[in-house]
Amino acid sequence: MRELRIHGRGGQGSVTAAELIAVAAFEGGMFAQAFPAFGVERRGAPVQAFVRFDNQKIRLRSQIYEPDYIIVQDSTLIRDVNVFQGLKEGGIAIINTEKALTYPFPKGVKVITIDATSIALKTLGMPITNTTLMGAFAAASGEIKLEALEDAVRRRFKGELAEKNIAAAKEAYRFVKEAS
Amino acid sequence: MLEIMEGSHAVAESVGLCRPQVIAAYPITPQTHIVEALAEMVANCTIDAEYITVESEFSALSACLGASAAGSRVYSATTSQGLALMFEVCFNCAGMRLPVVMTIVNRALGAPLSIWNDHQDSVSLRDSGWMQLYAEDNQEATDLHYIAYRVSEDHRVLLPSFVCFDGFILSHTYEPVDMITQEQADSYVPAFKPYHRLDADDPISFGLFASPDYYMEFRYAIDQAMNQARSVLPEAGRVFSEMFGRDYSGLVEEYRLEDADCAIVAMGSICGTVKDAVDEMRNDGKKVGLLKLRAFRPFPVKEVQKALSGVSTVAVLDKNISLGSKGAVALEIRDALYGSQIPVHDYIIALGGRDVRRKDIAAVVASAEAGKGDIFYGLREEVLK
Repeated sequence: MRELRIHGRGGQGSVTAAELIAVAAFEGGMFAQAFPAFGVERRGAPVQAFVRFDNQKIRLRSQIYEPDYIIVQDSTLIRDVNVFQGLKEGGIAIINTEKALTYPFPKGVKVITIDATSIALKTLGMPITNTTLMGAFAAASGEIKLEALEDAVRRRFKGELAEKNIAAAKEAYRFVKEAS
Repeated sequence: MLEIMEGSHAVAESVGLCRPQVIAAYPITPQTHIVEALAEMVANCTIDAEYITVESEFSALSACLGASAAGSRVYSATTSQGLALMFEVCFNCAGMRLPVVMTIVNRALGAPLSIWNDHQDSVSLRDSGWMQLYAEDNQEATDLHYIAYRVSEDHRVLLPSFVCFDGFILSHTYEPVDMITQEQADSYVPAFKPYHRLDADDPISFGLFASPDYYMEFRYAIDQAMNQARSVLPEAGRVFSEMFGRDYSGLVEEYRLEDADCAIVAMGSICGTVKDAVDEMRNDGKKVGLLKLRAFRPFPVKEVQKALSGVSTVAVLDKNISLGSKGAVALEIRDALYGSQIPVHDYIIALGGRDVRRKDIAAVVASAEAGKGDIFYGLREEVLK
């Protein structure tokens, strides 16, 4: 079983990202489970959402403490929340940031930084980075295929909005693939 | 076919497949997504039901009571304070022998206010005459609705049912669920045939006054109906497994109990985490198993006695507390095992949404084996100072 923890702020679409990643993983033939950290949703407050991936039925219901992957939707969270807590050695951290980060990252983890906000602003016209970061996650983790992600986005959003979100995900996917 | 969807939407869809004729509910977290989805299904004519909007849970269940007495299949859903507000009507539904089916999206009761999960709400309605079924996952949550309608409406039973599933932990979780088709649902849950109904051409009354010469016999009859449900529920579960391949033939489910020294007893979604913890402990050579209670009312006394007959220690996980006494499940287990000398240790756990991990289950088993029980597990001492 592999586990993903998404850190974001209320309003950034972390829960939606978790759900769509689970849908894409399931469509790719895996068992998947997505759930929020059951907070009281407030815009701007730190939130978490979780995804599990496995080849068999997932029974575990606890929150995720030792993830294989983390997605950080907003690098300013790193000041307030220990987003790296429990991240496994060899794990992958995908962090949205506009500028180079100077934090001492934990050893033995792969950190991918991406300016998802600029990509989202350019393609969506809004600084909502969840679908952009899903594209980065697909490229970095290999847990979900880009086509499955596109299907998942089209199931949730309609028409032009879906296509804009897909364009954002694709750009992030290409960015991560080219950077690695 | 397996599909991935949110637990609440899976439940709403399965309820829709049961063809309720009247739905009345008042939205409350974390039940909201279910009733929103059903309201949409009614508005889009996906299901042929009347959706009655009400100003409170008391009215929601009262509307269901009236509609059920008039011969309709009815549905409601609630949680926590909403269920508390229905308290009086719950007893009336059972007393009038109305087969109302209601989803309880389990949530803690205030004060202090908590939107998070435990079983205090439904467990507090223990004595109301409603059957209570608890789901481990969203598959079971959907399937138990078909079973609940079939058994509630069975003329040998005629009692209302709670289908309990854990708020947020299941209701807001996306996971794969196998939905049956409308045709399959129709064959498993046939049209409601009321035993009695309100009819202007053949007038009868429900729930009137019973003098001391009659009241006890009414209460006895409800208890007898619960006894009937002890066999009708497994029978309906067997038919379900024959038709759809998923086994709900037991009021309880045993997991790796056959040679277990220590049995964990639990109900609801925590059972999934317990199963993973049991596998880990088994890998370390510990003989541990799980007894999952699918039914809390009627309480499966004989099944519990049989399942626990060979164990040397029992650890009960209670997501509720009967304040001034113990957890409600432990009390039942002790009663069922009375005279057996098997020690039953109670652990009040996961109240108000406190997370439970596999290591917590291992710690509970270690405590039980050391003879330390009847405690609140995982209290934060620094908060108590």
